Amino acid sequence: MTKIGKPEKMIENGKRLDGRKLEEFRKITVEVSVLKRAGGSAIFKFGDTYALSAVYGPRHLHPRHLQDPQKAFLRCRYSMAPFSSQERIRPGRSRRATEISKVLKEALSNVISFEDYPKAGIDVFVEILQADASTRCAGLNAASLALAEAGVPMKNFISSCTVGKVGGKIVLDVGGVEDQFGDVDMAVAIIGDEDKIVLLQMDGIITRQEFTKMINLAKKGCTEIYEKQKEILKEKYKTGEEDVEVE
Amino acid sequence: MLKSSENYVRKLVEENLRIDTRGFEDFREIKIEKDVIKTAEGSARVMMGNTHVLVGIKLSVGEPFSDIPNEGVLIVNTELSPVASPTFEPGPPKEDSIEISRVIDRGIRESKCIDLEKLCIESGKEVWMVNIDIYVLDHDGNLIDAGALGAISALLNTKMPKYEDKKVKYGEYKGKLPMRDVPIEVTIGKISNKLLIDPNIEEEDALEARVTVATNKKGEICALQKGGNGYFTIDELEKAMDLSILKGKELRKVIS
Repeated sequence: MTKIGKPEKMIENGKRLDGRKLEEFRKITVEVSVLKRAGGSAIFKFGDTYALSAVYGPRHLHPRHLQDPQKAFLRCRYSMAPFSSQERIRPGRSRRATEISKVLKEALSNVISFEDYPKAGIDVFVEILQADASTRCAGLNAASLALAEAGVPMKNFISSCTVGKVGGKIVLDVGGVEDQFGDVDMAVAIIGDEDKIVLLQMDGIITRQEFTKMINLAKKGCTEIYEKQKEILKEKYKTGEEDVEVE
Repeated sequence: MLKSSENYVRKLVEENLRIDTRGFEDFREIKIEKDVIKTAEGSARVMMGNTHVLVGIKLSVGEPFSDIPNEGVLIVNTELSPVASPTFEPGPPKEDSIEISRVIDRGIRESKCIDLEKLCIESGKEVWMVNIDIYVLDHDGNLIDAGALGAISALLNTKMPKYEDKKVKYGEYKGKLPMRDVPIEVTIGKISNKLLIDPNIEEEDALEARVTVATNKKGEICALQKGGNGYFTIDELEKAMDLSILKGKELRKVIS
């Protein structure tokens, strides 16, 4: 089938439609502490994909039957703003958003020290304000930073990016048109720069060899994100609280 | 499930044993019956050990999506009926059943096993809608693999109802649903840093993480989903891919 509006060539002379190289990210923009009321908040952008995350808690958990006397309870809610896509997204829970919320929660569970807050609840909200592919990854990167800013004890960051197959080539950070007309999209999240994959979702057809190539490229990409996350937090605490004693 | 059972499962796995004495790369006994529901256009019953899943395919005529006006529509739904487990409650689908549906959907959709273009009646106006309903009757673990196996078995067996004068004539058939591949989903669990396939319910409670791999006839990977609160190393994932491709081939022989 020929899809409407599909560009003739997805990759020309080793360059992608937006001029990027195969293993190059779109422009990444990160900000922390963007909301006043939330315990922690962050914005993470991959090009035109704009994810905002806010963390509330650890706080008293309602309803009470969810309370765990041993540890804190994590809730995660991913949603896309109705205006975040070409076609308006109907407000309310879609099946897609429910599934993504679940996998984001499972990914973040790997690094949070739940035992420090028995009976408490931690709420992580991810809002996609503008979508141009790789939204769950941008959301996860923002959530990681928001959790850190909220002071939730964490073992490490979760760093996430997508890899894909576009015009027969393996690429890093699938962007808008590539998501629509590319062959494969794989979202990966890793604990910092460790060899621990906490999120993996893919659709599209790849060979066994391509999987190896893609997962290793994703690892490399996530490591790059991880450095950015560390950098921004260090930066924030350097400028904001200069009189704090540094070890 | 009590914590002690989880620990017991983990301890067994550390000693290279499974609670039901299977090998780490063995499925439970699989029984598939086709055409079990007369009112459905296609159906299958899958028993995977004590996990019991019924899948029915219903076809109807409706409007296509505006961005793919010349293709039929595929809809997968999973019903975790309260008859199947003391932990299932009636009500709208929750995240577990939504995940199962979406993972099975992805395997079928991405393998392009149904020739959806052939299900177009009039571009932009009328297409066949393929509803795959997965009904879990007894939950003893690994619902994704059992459901996916039921879905593909039922699809391979689905008859097209006649469509005359803008009406679907249920009970009268003309040909079969156009199929061109046989995707198989294999779920690999990780317990005590060891990989095992087809986890049963006790093992599911002890899982650190799981990964579901859908493969097609050619042995290519067409969908992936990792679940659970733990992680996989790259090496573990590579092993899981190899194992899924191998087991996919075996299962494909069972159903086709």
